[in-house]
Amino acid sequence: MPKQIILAAHFPGVNNTTVWSDSRSGSQIEFDSFEHLARTAERGRFDFFFLAEGLRLREQRGLIHDLDVVGRPDTLTVLAALAAVTTHLGLAGTLNATYHEPYELARQLATLDHLSGGRAAWNVVTSPGAFFGENFRRGGFLDHADRYVRAAEFIEAARTLWDSDGGDFSITSSQFGIAGRFGVPRSPQGHPVVLQAGDSEGGRELAARHADAIFSRHHQLEDARVFYRDVKQRVIRHGRDPDSLKIIPGVSYVLGDSDADAQEKAHHIRRQQVSPQTAILLLEQLWNRDLSGYDADGPLPEIDPRLDEDDTIIKGRAGMYPDRLATAAEWRALAEAKKLSIRDLIIEVTGRQNFIGTPARVAEQLDEYVQTGACDGFILVPHLTPAGLDDFVDQVVPLLQERGVVRTEYSGGTLRDNLGLAKGR
Amino acid sequence: MTLQLAVALDGDSFAAADWVGWARQADEALLDFVTFDDRFGRRGPDAVLTAARVAPLTRHVGLVPVATTTHTEPFHLSTALATLDYASRGRAGWQVRISGDPAEAALLGRRPPLGADELFEEAVDVVEVVRRLWDSWQDDAIIKDVATGRFIDRDRLHYIAFDGRYFSVKGPSIVPRPPQGQPVVAALAHGPAAWQFAGTAADLVFITPADAGDAAKIKSRLDPELKVFADIAVFFGPGAAPSDAAVFTGTVPQLADLIGAWAGSGIDGIRLRPGLLGRDLGEITRELVPELRRRSLFAPSAAVTLRERLGLPVAINRYERPAASGGAEGAPRPEGVPVA
Ligand SMILES: Cc1cc2nc3c(=O)[nH]c(=O)nc-3n(C[C@H](O)[C@H](O)[C@H](O)COP(=O)(O)O)c2cc1C
Repeated sequence: MPKQIILAAHFPGVNNTTVWSDSRSGSQIEFDSFEHLARTAERGRFDFFFLAEGLRLREQRGLIHDLDVVGRPDTLTVLAALAAVTTHLGLAGTLNATYHEPYELARQLATLDHLSGGRAAWNVVTSPGAFFGENFRRGGFLDHADRYVRAAEFIEAARTLWDSDGGDFSITSSQFGIAGRFGVPRSPQGHPVVLQAGDSEGGRELAARHADAIFSRHHQLEDARVFYRDVKQRVIRHGRDPDSLKIIPGVSYVLGDSDADAQEKAHHIRRQQVSPQTAILLLEQLWNRDLSGYDADGPLPEIDPRLDEDDTIIKGRAGMYPDRLATAAEWRALAEAKKLSIRDLIIEVTGRQNFIGTPARVAEQLDEYVQTGACDGFILVPHLTPAGLDDFVDQVVPLLQERGVVRTEYSGGTLRDNLGLAKGR
Repeated sequence: MTLQLAVALDGDSFAAADWVGWARQADEALLDFVTFDDRFGRRGPDAVLTAARVAPLTRHVGLVPVATTTHTEPFHLSTALATLDYASRGRAGWQVRISGDPAEAALLGRRPPLGADELFEEAVDVVEVVRRLWDSWQDDAIIKDVATGRFIDRDRLHYIAFDGRYFSVKGPSIVPRPPQGQPVVAALAHGPAAWQFAGTAADLVFITPADAGDAAKIKSRLDPELKVFADIAVFFGPGAAPSDAAVFTGTVPQLADLIGAWAGSGIDGIRLRPGLLGRDLGEITRELVPELRRRSLFAPSAAVTLRERLGLPVAINRYERPAASGGAEGAPRPEGVPVA
């Protein structure tokens, strides 16, 4: 039997992947939008619905970033409401380990697991520090390394609480000194599913030790295979079965009547994703300086990137270019060779749709990824809210079902059952 | 005089079907709202999530979970309650709770328990921050202006810049302003300190008088702007009575008589606290509510939002620039001044 593909639906928003200028784009905040995407995913027999989290609105140059979709609901609350309008779909929320407390969050996740009949999942992130901290009592109190110490101890603490079966607990670690009665009996999954999303050494180690799944950013075939091998080896090193950690990259897709049609659509979508204003903004993230005076349809700046640290530029991509001067030189050469404007260049060098083609071609590629050890499944990131997954479920899922790699009916009761994960102790 | 009618859903079940069943009974009886009790360390599910779980399956009834100001992050509270307001389409409320219990503090391990005065002081700050965050997006902040490429007008989003004794919060919220503008803030108050807190921070207060005369006396001491609900614990059979509310045992017509007697005390509504949810809630919704309607003591409201239903004033956004005032742009109100 071929390996089964894990499918998850990412609610789009809060980056320039989400095309809000399209006339079909709806509300990113009304509950109907969440209900539509979740019901669509369940119709497609997806494993889970996925929500990202941001605890502060992004800024660039000290101003709230106004080009992308912003405004989203509270993660746990919307997932609890979605439990009412779905029956089998997993409900995964990104929740920061730095600005929550183990007792409170473990209790909320266990509540969600009970009230959804065993469908709760927690994507553990550690957040970009002091910037988020300004919204919280704790402030920006942990540096990068300590955030993973806290995250690991947080997960361990949560598991102790879940294992207490509603009874007494006492936890002493470098980050926590807590004790008392948990008050929530063992939930259907024992432990809600734990996902992890950081990519550094610390993040990978945390996942290899503690997580059931990784939300990865490695979505190009070769890169994904390298990441897959690296992480599965780490899992083995920690004495775990490599199958007990699922690797699920976030990916986007564009469907067309023919491959050429899909390419054309993808090009059109890219231009909506990278408006002239967005192109300048993304360029600023490498150049590390104010480029608002430049014309997106004109050539790249002659000046070089600034090398000092400037907290007022959105970090996001900056970390992806460790040698700014070298990257800028590459981009200049590319723009000259292909006669690209700033906007064309940004479209060329920043993220693009991963799977473009007819439904048959996309189904074949997704299957190839999973069967050849690049990943265990996909978190699909549609570019439209809330109907961005409709075509995938109508056109690609049936082909995957024909291949026998996506279920036609839910069999298991809990998300762990559906993902093929053992019940939490 | 007609009264408004609420029911406390004080259950420890972890079965979604129980909560959906209870909330739907209240919904179908067209009660004004239900409250969901909660306390860290108790046996029972998280109240905000329980309210969210039933929100899409109810249409009318207001949903008012208890959440503590002592142990939570005001930012999380604000976004969770705003989200409940979206999921319920304008039916969300919040019953504020403070906790001086050292056992609860030990569950969080964040700090030793505060004294009573400090707990109230902190709670006033938390409510203020939560309300400022609800206001931090003006209603028309999302502009989707294709020509300039701007999704939002950032001038219609506001840093709340709260800097208090217990915490500071910068803002703005990550959730756009909820449907009610401001969900309804309630507090249970047994005595003067809590009455005063309610007058400062809440829209609605649950009082615990012994009888109608006591209710009138308490009402006269409260901020006249506050909506006042009297708690009555109701037992249509045997059960352990709580120590903190008037307790009723008897028949449905007798309870209707009692409610009729309380209606003249100047209070706005009654919150019934079923002693045994499974038994007493059914009696309330199937027998008592029709009886109260016959006696014109209760009339279901046609209002869509909980705020409107309770007759609370429109929640004016403190960051809306008054048309011709020329005042400071987006200046928040002084701390501690209730918005409603
Ligand atoms: C695919 C992916 C998705 C992420 N999603 C979120 C998110 O929704 N919210 C958040 O605060 N951080 C998110 N992060 C950030 C990580 O949790 C982590 O804080 C960040 O990557 C820094 O850690 P690292 O150096 O280990 O990568 C995400 C990271 C990755 C790789």
